[in-house]
Amino acid sequence: MWNLLQIELYKISKRPRTYIAFAAITAIVAIFQFAFKADGGSYMNLMLQSVQDTFDLDKSKAINGYFMCYIILNTLLIQIPILVALVAGDAISGEANMGTLRLLLTKPISRTQIILVKFAASVIYTIGLLIWMALMALFVSLLIFGADDMLIFRVKGDESQILQITKDDIMWRYFAAFGYAAVALTVIAALAILLSVFAENSIGPIIATVCIVIVCTIISNINVPIIDNTIKPWLFTSYLVGWKGFFYIGTNADGEPLKGTIENWPAIRNSLYILLAHIFILISAAVIVFKRKDILS
Amino acid sequence: MSLMLQVNNLSKQFDSLKAVDDLSFTVNEGDVYGFLGQNGAGKSTTIRMLLTLIKPDSGEINIFGKSVLHHRNEVLRQIGAVIERPDLYKYLTAYDNLSIFAKLSGLKISRKLIMDQLQMVGLADRSQSKVRTYSQGMKQRLGIAVALVHNPKLIILDEPTNGLDPQGIADMRNLILTLCREHGKTVIVSSHLLTEIEQIANRMIIIHKGKKITEGSVSELLDPSHTIVELQTIDDSKTLELIKASSWSAFLQPAKSGIRLQMNKVAIPSLAAWLTETGTGVLAINPKNSLEDYFLSLTNPANYVESAAN
Repeated sequence: MWNLLQIELYKISKRPRTYIAFAAITAIVAIFQFAFKADGGSYMNLMLQSVQDTFDLDKSKAINGYFMCYIILNTLLIQIPILVALVAGDAISGEANMGTLRLLLTKPISRTQIILVKFAASVIYTIGLLIWMALMALFVSLLIFGADDMLIFRVKGDESQILQITKDDIMWRYFAAFGYAAVALTVIAALAILLSVFAENSIGPIIATVCIVIVCTIISNINVPIIDNTIKPWLFTSYLVGWKGFFYIGTNADGEPLKGTIENWPAIRNSLYILLAHIFILISAAVIVFKRKDILS
Repeated sequence: MSLMLQVNNLSKQFDSLKAVDDLSFTVNEGDVYGFLGQNGAGKSTTIRMLLTLIKPDSGEINIFGKSVLHHRNEVLRQIGAVIERPDLYKYLTAYDNLSIFAKLSGLKISRKLIMDQLQMVGLADRSQSKVRTYSQGMKQRLGIAVALVHNPKLIILDEPTNGLDPQGIADMRNLILTLCREHGKTVIVSSHLLTEIEQIANRMIIIHKGKKITEGSVSELLDPSHTIVELQTIDDSKTLELIKASSWSAFLQPAKSGIRLQMNKVAIPSLAAWLTETGTGVLAINPKNSLEDYFLSLTNPANYVESAAN
């Protein structure tokens, strides 16, 4: 399996489209950093408009590396599924399109192995993207903007909240958030691989994956009780932004933030279980369909 | 000679189309086995079933004495194949492609092994060029190198001369014969051209609409005693009367147009001499093998003149 995985990663590394995602992340993050460096004060004024009289905040310290990373993640983690689908959606269909699938399947490798290796390679690619994002959005931002306590703006129910996390309590939250995001994006990779099994060109599964993510995201954002209770709990898109939970700091009975805690760990844990269940179901389905498929390409 | 491949009662249906219908045949060790049929006859579907790309509806396939469905990996390890087009990773070099497929065959590879293989197919000097820069003929040769790199016992080539120029076709023919005669490989080669098969194969099968039409040794199937001779003369009707009145009338065959005789190939010079003696203005004497005539009748039934295959 390791041998197969090495081959798969080598093939991915040699395809120009692999680097589109890395270039896109670099460009977007750089634009964010430039904009906030040039005019971050205006953004802060806007965000703090309603609480300016209540709190005395040093706005120049509020825009720091940790805060920048949070803002960038908040924006990019919605779009990253498209970048993951670019590679995972091409996994089987790209081979069918090139005509290499039939050659691959005449080699002494089982179809299950092929799906698992393609999936593993897509996961490694996804993790690679997240590591790159962490380097660009977190570490480069820390270099540019420095480190300080982080402010989180949160809408909870009908009320807006500002949470403050001390700078020595942030880094572990980012590691956890990136870990969670890796699991969430792996669901997208698994979905793209399943769709890839049905197709004989790459465009179809990539577009289909993106469409499914968009439709499910829209459903996840419909606030109607019947959907809240029946559909949303089972939609993976309801959990894509669950990484934010690591930044919702726990409080004591007096409402004071407690360092090293998170508000609702059981909710995050349940989200992870549901995402993992999605991965298992999607990849199992991909294996079953692929094993039965007649290769006519 | 031991049995290399045995196919029994193989069938495959796609929706309403019966692509392969109760097909049985055998290939012996050391054979160059021709798999002949017109486009859509079921050749590629059969070959894909041999290679487990398509699951048969019924029937069994045994290669090296083992069921290909139950011992898939073990059997495939000893088979090299080029199916239809030699599609490879175009964004990789020839060296990379060969290296990848050698590894996938479970082989421990060395640079020397890869380069030797590329040398054999005449691509050593282009080993570091991306496959997308290759001509069709070069891709075909690289495809053959990929099929051979793990030293398989059985080589399956599906329409290997498709898209090749005359020199490429001749090179491919020589390569197949070399593989069989000098390296002891068993080769199954499919084609829709009888002329291609008859030059390289020692045994062959003809299939049509998924069914076996005939199978046997090429020398038997291409029996020269049943050669069809087509005559073109200045005045065909006068020539026909002359033939009917002579001893050559025994060889006359029904024809929609022109004059056709079925006879032993060796008698053609005598026929030519007789026609000259009788002062017939001969434009052409065209000998065709009866099997070729029969095969053409399958590919274009409108032109078929019955009895050629009988």
